[in-house]
This record gives sequence, C-alpha cells and structure tokens, in this order.
Amino acid sequence: MIEAVKLCKNFKDKKRGDIHAVDNVTFSCKPGEIYGLLGANGAGKTTTLRILATILAPSSGTANVAGFDVVREPQKVRAHVGFLSTATALYDRLTAAETVEYFGQLFGLDSATIERRTNELFKALDMDEFRDRRCAKLSTGMKQKVSIARTLIHDPPVMIFDEPTNGLDVMAARSITDFIRQCRDRGKTVIFSTHVMTEVEKLCDRIGIIHGGRMRAEGTLEQLRQNYRKDSLEEIFVDVSGDAR
Amino acid sequence: MNLRNSLIVYRKELRDMLRDKRTIRSMVIIPVIAFPLLFWGIGKVMTTVMGEAATETAPIMVQGGTDSPKVLAALGKVPGIKVLPYRDDAKQEVSDKKIRALVEIPNDIDTIAAGSQSKQVSIGYYENDVKSEMTKDKLQKFFDDYRDGVARAALVARGLSPNILEPFKVQSDNVAPPAKVSAAIFGGWIPYLIIIFSFTGAMYPAMDLTAGEKERGTLETILSSPVSRTDLVIGKFLMVMTASIVTAVLSLTSVGFAGRHMMSGAQQQTLNLSISPSTVIAVVVMLLPLTVLFASMLLAVALLAKSYREAQTYVSPLVFVAVAPAIIGALPGVELNWKTALVPILNTSLVSKEVIGGTYHWTTMLMVFGMTCVYAAISLGAAIYMFNREDVLFRT
Repeated sequence: MIEAVKLCKNFKDKKRGDIHAVDNVTFSCKPGEIYGLLGANGAGKTTTLRILATILAPSSGTANVAGFDVVREPQKVRAHVGFLSTATALYDRLTAAETVEYFGQLFGLDSATIERRTNELFKALDMDEFRDRRCAKLSTGMKQKVSIARTLIHDPPVMIFDEPTNGLDVMAARSITDFIRQCRDRGKTVIFSTHVMTEVEKLCDRIGIIHGGRMRAEGTLEQLRQNYRKDSLEEIFVDVSGDAR
Repeated sequence: MNLRNSLIVYRKELRDMLRDKRTIRSMVIIPVIAFPLLFWGIGKVMTTVMGEAATETAPIMVQGGTDSPKVLAALGKVPGIKVLPYRDDAKQEVSDKKIRALVEIPNDIDTIAAGSQSKQVSIGYYENDVKSEMTKDKLQKFFDDYRDGVARAALVARGLSPNILEPFKVQSDNVAPPAKVSAAIFGGWIPYLIIIFSFTGAMYPAMDLTAGEKERGTLETILSSPVSRTDLVIGKFLMVMTASIVTAVLSLTSVGFAGRHMMSGAQQQTLNLSISPSTVIAVVVMLLPLTVLFASMLLAVALLAKSYREAQTYVSPLVFVAVAPAIIGALPGVELNWKTALVPILNTSLVSKEVIGGTYHWTTMLMVFGMTCVYAAISLGAAIYMFNREDVLFRT
C-alpha cells in the first residue's frame, strides 16, 4: 500500500530561486495495482518516487509506504520497498551473484535465505549463464535482469520504478514491462513513472498525470477518457499539461 | 549506528577496490617500487659523481708566480692536479667547466721580507660544482701547508720555535648519537614521504567511492537499500582508511628495505638510520589518527563533486594542504613544542621524526596522538554530515 498525503518538495536554486519540484501531491496505490505516474521531463515524477523510496525527504506532507511513514521510519520503508530506475546502476567490478548477495545482506537476510532467493531468482530470470560474470561485462538486458533480481531479493511488498525502460531497446524494455506485470499479479503494490504513453495504456490500473510538480488529473484510463472526452491518452496528456500552462 | 551494515559495506568496497587496477597501482606498486628505486637512484648518482670527482686529474690555470719557481714546482707536484698554461679567458673557462680552478699568485711569494704586507693568493672556482669545489679544497690545503712551511722556515731562520704559530689547537667533536644526528637531517623526510603516500593512497578510493559512484549511478542504488547514510559513510571511510594505511605501511617497509639493502656501506654510514620494527610500529600508531583525518576529509570533499574528474579538481589542492606541513616538519631545525604539537599533520611529522631518531617523549606523543584524534573526529563528523545532506548527494 502507498498513501501519499500533500507531499511537497522544495529546492533552492541560485539562479531560479525556490523551486517547488513536488507541490501538494496526494494519491494512493493499493496492493495488486499498478499506478502510473505520467509526466514530462522535470514534471516532478522522479522527485515524488525518490520521496516514496526515502532517498529524499519531503519538505512537508508525508507518505505511508508498506505501513511505514517515510519521514519517521525511512529505513523500515526501504526495507519493504524495491526501487529500480535507470539511475540505479550496478557495481561494475562485482559479479551478478555478488551484487544480489550484497543487497541481500544489506536487507538483513541470513546467508541461507540469500542463497535460496538468489537461486530462485536466477532460475526464474534465466540468469544462471552469467551468474559469475562481472556486471561491467554484461549486456544492457542482462544488467536489467541483475537489477530486477537485486530489487526482489528481499521479496518486497511495494515496488517503485522510475522510468525503468528509459534508454532500453525493445527487448529489454519488454522484459521490464513483463516483470512489472508479474509483480502486480503477485499482489505487490506497484508504482511506476514514465513519459511513454503506450506503456501506461498497456500496464496501468490507475494513472496520475503530474505537471509542474502538481497532480493535474487522476483515475483509471476509462475515467480519464470520459472526463476529458478524448480517446487517446496522448491527447488527454497534452490537454492536461496544456491547461496547466 | 549499525556496525554490521558498515562492515557489509566495507567488505564489498574492499572486494571492489582489490579488483580496481587504478587503486592497486597507487596503493601497492608505486610505494613498493618508488622507494627502492629512489634510494638506489640517489645512491648511484652520488657514488658516480663523487667517484669521478675524486679520481679525475683536475685541470687548473695559474696566473702570476713566475718569480716564485718553488711554489709553482710544488703546485705541479700536487696529486690529481694538472697545471695548464695560463690563458686570458681563464675565468670564463672555470665558469664553462673547462678547467676546475684559477689560481692567482702574487709576486715574490716564496720570501718573507721584513716589514712586508701579507700577500694574497686567490683561487677562482665554481661554487656548488662538486669537481670544482674539490679542486678548490685541494688547492686551499696546498697553500695553507705551503704558507705554514714558509712561516716555519722564516721562524727557524730567526732562531725561534715554529710552535709560536700554533700555541693551541681547537677540536670539535659531535657527542650526540650518530642516529640522532642523521635523524635531524634525514629523519624528517621519511614521515614526509609516508604522509604523502598515506594521503595519495586514500585519494583515489575516496574519489571513487563518492563522486565516482555518483557518476556511475550506483550511489542511488545503495541509497535505496535500508543501510543508513551514517553506516554507509562509515563503511566507505573504513575502506579509504585501509587503503591509506596499507600504502603508508608498504612505503615505510619499502623505505626500511631500501635503506638496508639498496645503499652502499659508505652511504649507510653517512645516513646511519636504523629503522627497527619497533620504530615502524610506533610511527604507524602515530599515523593512524592522521589516516582517519585524511580518509574522512577526502570523502567529505570528494562527495561535493558530481564526477570523478570534478573530484580531482577539488582534491588536488588538498595535496598541498597535506604536503606543506609535512615539508615544514621535514626541515632540519623545526622542533616539536606545544605550538607545533597543535598543528595537524606537522605535529605527526615532527613526532615521527623524533621516533625515527630514537627519542620517545611519551607525553608529547600522547598529546600529538590526542590532538590528531580530535581533528580526525571533527573531519569524520563532517563526512557523515555531508552524506546526510541531500543537496550534496544530489547536486545538479
């Protein structure tokens, strides 16, 4: 479960002064649901998701993630979340297995559990072939799999994906979207951000359109179509973002 | 704070670093190879230059003295000196290093006339040129002896004792142990080198584990794990400190080895530095808090950068901050007192110099150790503070 209540994040910039990167954002996402955060570059998606993953602290407001408060219990939140983004890279000099083991240890798992989970994940993701190869020597698709295994080692109830398919080729992007769907099917709470409309249409149960740090529209794809009297999500998105301007 | 998490981070960073060729180079290969090479190189050059200077027959020119054949004949017999016919550009030839010295002999030097003024023999030479200086010393000695001979002969001729010339002698002896004398001159350079190596040993890992991680995108990955930022920085700090200590210990061992095995017997006598295992241990213990200071300071500064390259521009000036007090500490005459004991790096340098010279002032050592611990704690606090600042971690 994710419940964000009036989340705000302000930054100070020497040239531009105070920036409201996230401005009063409220939304929720239930287990077994994929929530898509849709927005242009700089809309506030990454900042919102970083707050939910407790990588950043909110300036005001709060969020409850997997039963823990992001402001008061950030470490517990992180222990129950899997966070994956194109910015979360892997250690070049560790092997695939060592990477997953390292994160297993940081999540407080004992070595027997780590071994069992690693074997399961490597089998499920078809990773055994490059298990002992260093991450620097892996292809983009292989690296994505290692990242997925890393986020799943502790079997978290909440998954947060920040533009996970950004910069990936079709096959690698497809493996990610398949994986996101599997997460939902296993009853996990899934939130993911993107600016690719087709991904949202294919995957999301509910959609939030964020622009200028504010949540401008929210609902299922059907609800958005009805509210804006438009069929295509792209048209709706342009409409919402344009209104905001 | 959770030490278990810090140790997990430390173990991972250690494994990572041991696979990084750049770190291995700065941590192991350079100190291990540099010191023996340096000692061997200096020794070789010194032996060659001194040997050449000692064995060569130095060409000189003599101006004047035509009316004093005895002095000219005696000069011609001085071993290792060859008198060339005088030319007008003799001074120029000295400065061109074609001849080693020019001797100007006044008229009638062989005789002492009653009531005559003291005459002057001039030796023109090239200062700081080893060969020219050695020739000058030879000539100086020759003329001193010759002058004494002339004076003695004159005294005897007048029925007086030649001892009048020298009613008493003055002799000065060094009473300080030779090891301490050597330590005063050379002992300061050993901590200086170790300080540089423990700093440079920490430099690359510190940049790699902060700015390097930001650049590669792994910092956000680790921040998404439940490890707290304090535990994370402690783990990284332990790694940087390990690199610093390993580099310092290797360089110290290397100095010891080079000093013992790479130098000639004569050089060892001049240096007379005995670096015993207990000296190594004492110096390493004194250096421990300094490595804490270096490691945490470098982490805090390098974290400000967005890329490894940017980190280098921040960290490079710090080399001078570390090296300047070490150089001052290495200078002969700079001593440990309550003022210098307060200056970080300089105090450790000075105390190590004393230890290498065999002096153990326990109270001062304890004070320097304590002061450096205080500076190290402040610096470590700063590193932790930086790791908890979002604007530093996510600088755009």
